[in-house]
Amino acid sequence: MRIRTSFHTAFRALLRNKMRSLLTALGIIIGVGAVIAMVGIGNGAKKQVEDQVASMGDNVIMIFSGSSSRGGMSGGYGSAGTLSLEDAVAIKREILTVDGVTPEVEGSSRVAAGNQNWFTRLNGVSADYFAIRGWNFSHGGPFDERDVKVSSKVAVIGKTAAKQLFGSEEEALGKTLRIKNVPFTIVGVLAPKGASFFGRDQDDTVVVPYTSAMKRILGSKGVPRITVSVERGKPMAAVQEQISDLLLQRHRIASDRDADFTIRTQEELATMATATSSIMTTLLGFVASISLIVGGIGIMNIMLVSVTERTREIGIRLAIGARGSDILLQFLIEAVTLSLLGGLIGIGLAFLSAELITRFSEMPVYITAGPILYSFAFSAAVGVVFGFYPARKAASLDPIEALRYE
Amino acid sequence: MAMAPIIQLKELRKTYVTGEEPVHAVRGVTLEIAQGEFVAVMGSSGSGKSTLMNILGCLDRPSDGSYHLDGIEVSKLSRNELSDLRNHKIGFVFQNFNLLARTSALENVELPMLYRRVPLSTAELRAKGMQALEMVGIGKRANHTPNQLSGGQQQRVAIARSLVNDPVLLLADEPTGNLDSRTSIEILGIFQRLNAQGITILMVTHEPDVAKYSKRIIVMRDGRIRSDDLVKDRLDAVEELKNLPVEVEP
Repeated sequence: MRIRTSFHTAFRALLRNKMRSLLTALGIIIGVGAVIAMVGIGNGAKKQVEDQVASMGDNVIMIFSGSSSRGGMSGGYGSAGTLSLEDAVAIKREILTVDGVTPEVEGSSRVAAGNQNWFTRLNGVSADYFAIRGWNFSHGGPFDERDVKVSSKVAVIGKTAAKQLFGSEEEALGKTLRIKNVPFTIVGVLAPKGASFFGRDQDDTVVVPYTSAMKRILGSKGVPRITVSVERGKPMAAVQEQISDLLLQRHRIASDRDADFTIRTQEELATMATATSSIMTTLLGFVASISLIVGGIGIMNIMLVSVTERTREIGIRLAIGARGSDILLQFLIEAVTLSLLGGLIGIGLAFLSAELITRFSEMPVYITAGPILYSFAFSAAVGVVFGFYPARKAASLDPIEALRYE
Repeated sequence: MAMAPIIQLKELRKTYVTGEEPVHAVRGVTLEIAQGEFVAVMGSSGSGKSTLMNILGCLDRPSDGSYHLDGIEVSKLSRNELSDLRNHKIGFVFQNFNLLARTSALENVELPMLYRRVPLSTAELRAKGMQALEMVGIGKRANHTPNQLSGGQQQRVAIARSLVNDPVLLLADEPTGNLDSRTSIEILGIFQRLNAQGITILMVTHEPDVAKYSKRIIVMRDGRIRSDDLVKDRLDAVEELKNLPVEVEP
């Protein structure tokens, strides 16, 4: 029997019981829809992070003081003050492909202006910082190298902090704010940047020269982090290695393994951030796949009922010369048609739910070809696997018994 | 010229083992049916005629003895080979018609051709299907489904289906059992016409009136052939129809 005829026969058999076919396929519809939508949600989260990384600049290298693993223990980045301001200066001086360097000191502090006060993050950086982060100003501008050299009492404020202290960004420019009772003049307001990929509001900050921060506010000496930007088009890995060699030499450390600092590119950090959502995506996809298998069991159940109902039809077909394999193929194709139709409707359902999720929530859904092909192939496989047993049962019927069946 | 017989049985036996006691359904039947014969097999239930029919129809295999159909030894064939043999050599007509429901008359007739090992084109299927329907005088109803047809019409479709692969043998199992007398005679008339064209027919019936339309009557009893006689006062369907009181067809 030709395949085309077989598909035709299968379609007609399924159309004969429209409601039953639909309900049977529902398991597959939901399964396929769930796999695609779930993986889509996971991918959406991942893509969001990647977009943020791209906006932050892919030419950024971060050096953290303290080793990531020493003696099998993982000390947090920036835990020990092993980096110094001189290291930052050396990097800028020695490595020619580096075009911006900033030591970063960080703290949190209560900041006051007039009768308002606000607890915010305090960043001490060099004048290069804004260029490295690609951070623009909505009002005013950055402080310069001279401000850093003389520990000027100037500050740049983020949008969130400006709103909290002054009511609006325009109001903040030129005003004075007090950090631990030291007055700073606001010379610039940063353009909004939104949440970082670790979920922090990047606009809730006050940025001052690192010299001012260390001497006047935090009173610290160590530098927990140095951020470097590399000239466009220069190989990141090579620069990363040069920095590593330079610092090892300066710290008089013989081997890489004993390094008292950790170098990470922006990309590596992003990979770490996306790892979690990748695991989530896999897990969601796996759970959704289980519903595909449950859908397959539903198909097997109905096909078994169908074989019993159509025993007489099978008998007639066998009597007029159908081989067992013809009957097997007929029922197998019916099961596969059912699961493939379910798969197609499921794909439609996934796109529909993606549209609804994006419209009614903040979650981005990013549907890719991978899970569509995977779940479609999987639903076909489900049809074959779960259709085989009923089909074989049909094919092995005795024609005499089947013809006599009422 | 003496032609090879269509059916040749030698000491055919069929024994079923159900429970403790073996049941001897057919106990040694030797029989020859030649090309062009029209044979009626009679016998009460339990006489072994159904079992014999199943074996002759290649739906079942004998336990012992030999069965040659059109020169082919059937008793040693595999399941698939039996399927192919049924498809090429035998046309079945059943008491309850056994058409596929919700499937048009034409598609029912095309069905045996779909299971041919060498597939036909859609156009050929259509043409041969229509030709078979025309042969039994029901071409106009090709697109009707069985539930839109009367019993007699359904049986005509079934006969068309049995003929479509040009079989060497037409097996009819109580073909008039579900029909009224006028329609029965019409169906028997079709058989007589087909037989006159050279088709070999073997028909199982328990009605002596029906058997009289054949040329030879075999009576079975307790798994053996009790009598095997030529029909002397054979009935002719065309004549019999004329004698029936005229009915107004709806």
